[in-house]
Amino acid sequence: MLSASQIVFERYFEPVFLPVSFKLRRGELLLVTGANGCGKTTLIRVLAGILHPTSGKIDCQAGGMAYVGHYLGIKDDLSVLENLRFIRDFLGTSSRGCKELIKHVGLTRVAEQQARTLSAGQRKRCALARLLVSESKLWLLDEPYSNLDQEGVELVDKMLNDHLESGGACVLATHGAHRPQWAGTQDYHLLSGATV
Amino acid sequence: MNAEAAGGSLSGAFFALLRRDLLLAFRRRTELLFPVIFLLVVVSLFPLGIGPGPQLLARIAPGVIWIAALLATVISLDALFRSDFEDGTLEQFVISGHPLTLIALAKIVAHWLVAGLPIVLLSPLLALWMNLPMESLGVMILTLALGTPILSLIGSIGVGLTISLKRGGQLLSLLVFPLYVPILIIATAAVMAASDSLPYTQFLGLLLAGLITSVTLAPFAAAAALKISLS
Repeated sequence: MLSASQIVFERYFEPVFLPVSFKLRRGELLLVTGANGCGKTTLIRVLAGILHPTSGKIDCQAGGMAYVGHYLGIKDDLSVLENLRFIRDFLGTSSRGCKELIKHVGLTRVAEQQARTLSAGQRKRCALARLLVSESKLWLLDEPYSNLDQEGVELVDKMLNDHLESGGACVLATHGAHRPQWAGTQDYHLLSGATV
Repeated sequence: MNAEAAGGSLSGAFFALLRRDLLLAFRRRTELLFPVIFLLVVVSLFPLGIGPGPQLLARIAPGVIWIAALLATVISLDALFRSDFEDGTLEQFVISGHPLTLIALAKIVAHWLVAGLPIVLLSPLLALWMNLPMESLGVMILTLALGTPILSLIGSIGVGLTISLKRGGQLLSLLVFPLYVPILIIATAAVMAASDSLPYTQFLGLLLAGLITSVTLAPFAAAAALKISLS
């Protein structure tokens, strides 16, 4: 579904991470771990197509991807429901009701509230609901567990399990405090490209 | 890629974004009103500063109204992509697979409806304050209706380029004002020609040509600029 061969990304003429190669198939999870500052976020952004790799090739046959990063892409002045409805109309996906998805991520009580009034964890849940709205086969998650309570962490694991079971794939970057349990997990330990 | 795979249409995305931006503008009414109030204040200060001589005011009216419109537009420009850039929405747009050009165009249209259209609608009032002859009022409104979209379109390129800079707003004005000069010259020439009962259609034609050119090209340039800013 997604393969990368020898991708390098340079910032100010210095590689951010050592060349990355992997092959991700349906139902597989690529777990990218590594120390702070080793380039996990940069790698995810390169895979997402926001940044262009300096060299190497990325081959994506997923047809589309959904991304949750550090900046969640939620509008403060819109309610949770309006945020998700916009994503749905923008992407043109409509198979599942937004209210049902909000219930799924546990935000029913605040669905009509403007996003600026939400806590960091609730905002994260709203961004996770966007994954479901997009109906993408490939998820790119950058530290999805940050800011979430125990219940939220379980929610991410459950969403991830459902997604992978239904034939999806996922690249998940985490600094490693919590790791999801999934049989088809590939570990990738990312090494910083900075010369010591 | 994503959107097409899911059956999303481009026009659906365009109108969804346009609707969202208008809703957001409505939610942030104070931000919306500030450029308009600025415009009214600037124009109303001129008669106080120069003296209320009707002849003199009528002579400088086109220039004053147009310069105030330029300043008001530049004030509102920075908001065009800023919040989407800062909260990560722009990244989501890139990943969505919809062309960034279309996204830029939707946002520019929303910007003009919020920042440009009020200037056009208020221009009769401004013209009255500045004692602009009634026979050239129609031409004044026409130049603003044709010219303010050009301001939004050209401005979008500058915003795209400066969005990732911390103090991009200051650079933005330096960047776009020179590009606004031809529009200012053509538009005021049209109104002055109308005041002097001279032919003015050639100026309107030039503005229309400018509008068509910028509608066709500016969204592409803005999208390219945004891509540079994102990386």
